[in-house]
Amino acid sequence: MWYLCVFFHRLLDYRKPEVESLAQLFGAIEDPRNDDLPFQLQWKLPPNYHTDSPFHFVNLPSEQLAHDIAARSILVKGMYELWGEGSSYEELKESVLSYPDERKLPYLDSDSTFKITVDGFGKVISLEEQKELIQGLSYIPFKGRVKLKNPDHNFWLIEVDNYGGNNGLPPIVQKRIFFGREVGGADRKLIPTYQLKSRNYLGPTAMDAEMAFLMANQALATSGKLVYDPFVGTGSVLVAAAHFGAMTMGADIDIRVVRDGRGPDCNVWSNFKQYGLPMPVGLLRADNNLPPWRSTLKEVFDAIICDPPYGVRAGGRKSGGRKLLRGAVEPYTVPDDKRTDHIPSTAPYSLVECVHDLLDLAAKMLVMGGRLVFFYPVLREDDFAEDHFPEHPCFKLISLSEQILSSRYSRVLLTMVKTGPYTEEIAEVARIRHIEFKENHVKWLEDGNLHSAVFSPADGHLTEAGDPKLIKDPKPKYRGKYV
Amino acid sequence: MRLLTHNMLSSNIKGVVNGFPLRIEAEKVAEKSVEMNREFLKKMFQKVHWKAFVDASRAMGYTELPEKADSSMLNSDEFLNRFHHALLELHLEEGALVCPETGRRFPVNKGIPNMLLPQEEVLLSIIIC
Repeated sequence: MWYLCVFFHRLLDYRKPEVESLAQLFGAIEDPRNDDLPFQLQWKLPPNYHTDSPFHFVNLPSEQLAHDIAARSILVKGMYELWGEGSSYEELKESVLSYPDERKLPYLDSDSTFKITVDGFGKVISLEEQKELIQGLSYIPFKGRVKLKNPDHNFWLIEVDNYGGNNGLPPIVQKRIFFGREVGGADRKLIPTYQLKSRNYLGPTAMDAEMAFLMANQALATSGKLVYDPFVGTGSVLVAAAHFGAMTMGADIDIRVVRDGRGPDCNVWSNFKQYGLPMPVGLLRADNNLPPWRSTLKEVFDAIICDPPYGVRAGGRKSGGRKLLRGAVEPYTVPDDKRTDHIPSTAPYSLVECVHDLLDLAAKMLVMGGRLVFFYPVLREDDFAEDHFPEHPCFKLISLSEQILSSRYSRVLLTMVKTGPYTEEIAEVARIRHIEFKENHVKWLEDGNLHSAVFSPADGHLTEAGDPKLIKDPKPKYRGKYV
Repeated sequence: MRLLTHNMLSSNIKGVVNGFPLRIEAEKVAEKSVEMNREFLKKMFQKVHWKAFVDASRAMGYTELPEKADSSMLNSDEFLNRFHHALLELHLEEGALVCPETGRRFPVNKGIPNMLLPQEEVLLSIIIC
């Protein structure tokens, strides 16, 4: 059955992938492992609507499923059984009246309670107008009692008008009115509950709560699953996974972050305790470049979720001092008496190498059908194309969602599914590549220096060219992805 | 550090053939009760190296685990309780994990194992590669 799916008008690229992930989590879509067809829900748009509009229709096998998806989602404002729609109130009336009675009458029963909410997109509807609009629905035989708090049935009248160019969307051609029964909606209270400003222990790159929940949804985090974050930091990504019931495990190269935090009640553990969540089953200090897992262990994590350090806000580190890797100094042997407190030096870690290690680890350690969800930076000067993104023979990319961070760069949330086993050949190729990285360490660091690309001053020749328009507005007018 | 983590870890010094299992030197062990999740336990049972797990639980002072186990035992609540306790409720707070081949100690402080190698071993791995 087709449901009207109304999204919040934000993080546009993240909205459909979230619904699709949740549909898989709740069993609506077959596991993609054994078929090559793209596993997608059927979507359609109201006539003449832009795909970035909040109004979509989605085909789902049951109302229960529509409810479950909406209730767990972060970006679905509501899922509705549409009773009617039209470009005017006359058309709406006709449409609602022709909707089959057997679908309507059970919800209009005299034993039930109900509420009608009037909502507008792109316009404000005053209280008087709302009252008038509700009275205008008198052709629907409501027999139940009105109850504003927790009614049995929630009805929505949503009017979308030509909202011009102000909200970043291309203008729609004509106004549209929807009337439907709410089947489910997101619990946005999660976001203020988990917002970073009330989090005890924070780092400079802590993931904001909304994004962390989206990542956990992309990873299909749920009870009984084991989720791993190799760049755990203050644990902000795992907190979201733990909220959805998953067991969590994290590693970080910085011992001060994972072990000490800022004191006994301000560390990674306390971030879980603060929300009454189960503690991570394991936290350790390890280097993703030299993973500490036993060689016979594989396919143990259900998902790996992370925000790798790509050197813009915080640089990545790996074992071995900078001078050591360049060959400028002899290795420093730690005297035996200082062994226990010694903190080994670390060296900057280039993005390419970091992502290579991450994919190799995930290919080995994820269960079949397990998901790898991570952020990948993109310079916006490049043409945004899929071939920029990392690939691996064990993985299929199922979604990519861009979030624009500045005029120079964006980050893209990649969701990959493990579709092939980690074979000897793949392991061997990865091992050779690992050595290549070691040998050309300095070169990789220079090539992959995103920090300077993002923060360097604007190119001189552009200014000299004297075309102010080009400098001022090199990007197209349409700015949907900024929301 | 719980024994689930211990069972996954190995000494990653290059050149070491048998870095697993790491021997536990326990200085401080804590018990913290955790809600049981049967589905999770059954999944982890397939992944756990049983011999290493039993030895580790003994090093932590817990001796209730059977020498050998097979998946049919997962139907017994008594077994499941013991498995759950040893896997998730025993914590090594202070101590060390010792590489069985080289004797190198990976310290465990405040429950966090430090699996990072000191410099000479990283260099060793570069040379060997």
